[in-house]
Amino acid sequence: MNWQDLQNKLSEHAYIANQELAMALKIALQLERPILLEGEAGVGKTQAAKTLSELFDTELIRLQCYEGLDSAAAIYEWNYQRQLLSIRASVDTGSDLKDIENRIFSRSYLMERPLLRAIQQQKAPVLLIDEIDRADEEFEAFLLEILSDFQITIPEIGTISATTKPMVVLTSNGTRNLSDALRRRCIYNYVPYPDLRTEIAILTKRYPRVSSHLANQIVSFVQSLRKEDLEKKPGIAEMLDWTAALSGLGINDITSDPEALQASLVCLLKTQSDLYSIPKEVSQRLANGAA
Amino acid sequence: MAVTKFLYRTSINHRIVDFCHHLRNNGIMTSPIDAAHCLNVLRVINANEHHEVRLAFKSIFVSNKDGFNRFDELFDSFWFNERKQRHEHEAIENTGPKTVTNKNAPSIFEINGSGKSDNIDLPDNDNDKEANTSGKGRLIAAKTINTMTTDMREFIQAEDESKASEIARRIASAIRYKLSRRRKLSNRGNTLDMRRIMRKSIATDGEPLKLLRKRKPETPMHLVGLIDVSGSMQPYARVFLSFIKGLIGNDLRTDAFLFHTKLMCVSDALRDNNTLRAANRLSMMARGFGGGTKIGTCLNNFNKQFIGRILGRKSLVIIMSDGYDTDDTAILDSSLKHLKKSGCKLIWLNPLLGWKDYKPVNSSIITALPYLDLFAPCNTLQSLLVLENELRSL
Repeated sequence: MNWQDLQNKLSEHAYIANQELAMALKIALQLERPILLEGEAGVGKTQAAKTLSELFDTELIRLQCYEGLDSAAAIYEWNYQRQLLSIRASVDTGSDLKDIENRIFSRSYLMERPLLRAIQQQKAPVLLIDEIDRADEEFEAFLLEILSDFQITIPEIGTISATTKPMVVLTSNGTRNLSDALRRRCIYNYVPYPDLRTEIAILTKRYPRVSSHLANQIVSFVQSLRKEDLEKKPGIAEMLDWTAALSGLGINDITSDPEALQASLVCLLKTQSDLYSIPKEVSQRLANGAA
Repeated sequence: MAVTKFLYRTSINHRIVDFCHHLRNNGIMTSPIDAAHCLNVLRVINANEHHEVRLAFKSIFVSNKDGFNRFDELFDSFWFNERKQRHEHEAIENTGPKTVTNKNAPSIFEINGSGKSDNIDLPDNDNDKEANTSGKGRLIAAKTINTMTTDMREFIQAEDESKASEIARRIASAIRYKLSRRRKLSNRGNTLDMRRIMRKSIATDGEPLKLLRKRKPETPMHLVGLIDVSGSMQPYARVFLSFIKGLIGNDLRTDAFLFHTKLMCVSDALRDNNTLRAANRLSMMARGFGGGTKIGTCLNNFNKQFIGRILGRKSLVIIMSDGYDTDDTAILDSSLKHLKKSGCKLIWLNPLLGWKDYKPVNSSIITALPYLDLFAPCNTLQSLLVLENELRSL
């Protein structure tokens, strides 16, 4: 499969990737290297990973990062309660201490977290490490071993090597600079907001029944809204939500009903100040520009 | 700037390696493994189609947004060398561990110095002649004669120094530690450490006799002080220098920089125990002391040269300046944005805030305000003392 095929396949699964992204994904698959997707919130970084897992019909294992994420939540943890109970039960029956230790530190007492689970699948899964910039530097350093060698060391058991190499997708909103060491290990792609044609294609893929006239209007409106001075610019997901809302309201032309248009903007604008900064006059101007 | 010419036919391996060097010279870090990846990838794409090769190489070599935007030009300048010139660029300095240990030579990081590649993206071209910074109704700098070399002994006096270092010590201890989000083993922790309890209890037939605890450890903050020593700040320089010297004297995880139109690192000079020698070393660095200010440019240089080495999430940058700036505010804006993105806390101490009816209305301060975690006065040692509580709550 060359990169154009991959682009077409993604498009069949309702994900319109630009050429750069398709090529980056292809190379990441080819070289079995992680891919780092950076971009504004809502441009479809996470969706890319989801679509890949659909495309290859494999499991999507997701690790949502947050500050303070540690190995117990990301890799593995022993099931301490079970271990304690097991020791109590064994002692009463008079088992050998060595046996007890072997048993309670066996795999059945190990609780697998996403990273460990991802390297132990029969069929290579898609491992999505979402919003890596939210985790702290320590965790980043921790990831390096896994991303370069695909193996995890558990002191009580030993080193667990990957049965299959997962396809790793890291996403980042750029709220924090990532370390060069991590970047160097990844194929990189910056995902921009899509251009007009691509975004219309995305909309019609998701909502085939929306008329081309309305689709054009919606996308032009959202794109001009992104040029306004907003705290949180509407992403593709918001655009799709809004489309669903407009369809639900039975609106076929966004200029036809200013009141409904203004009310439906809650799908696009997610902060109070953004809602204030787009009053009815502005939304009408944008709507007329889009029409 | 000269373009790459292929004088003779070389193998594709050579050319890829040359291309790596070309990228490296232009500030995009590449490694030999990248070159190997390129050769691998050429097998699976149509290598005759330059568009495909460009896309493929872009994914392999680029590792950040800046590189992503510049790659196409660099690609063109290397592979299509007929008509295109290499674009102006800045070579990124290797920010490895550069510790200055030479005791004899004064440690001067003269940044933006002899107008090499550093000042390319800066619109202001009057290199380092900062005396003529009178324009646009600035408050003080216009009347100040540019003292090219100042003996800084007069700026640090003994009685101030002991007071300042005491205040600095209190402030440093207020902000020194930040709680980590992770938990480590500790006798007085408030959560049970199940993993270790489990381990210990094996020895006692599974009876958890000893309860081990864990808590969030306090991790030290890295303090960085940036002091404006331009003409308009001259009256306050003594306070600031004493303060920063006190701060620096406390431990090694502190760095101090002076800036006016240039930025210099004075950590080592200030750390010198021999006050006289420290003052002498400082005075050697004091070229341009009391001239104009280019806050944005200096912060930009700070970002480029030092940020990778000394900043992280657990760091605190203290800027001491009145905000009177001869730079374009756009540079200040982008520099502060970059600085903030590195995850540090940002404090701006402004001596003018101590004035009775001062309002932060000049453009630099207005630009900076959204990025600041604290904006406070610092015209006397007393006002610095008041900061202690506010800093503690950051």
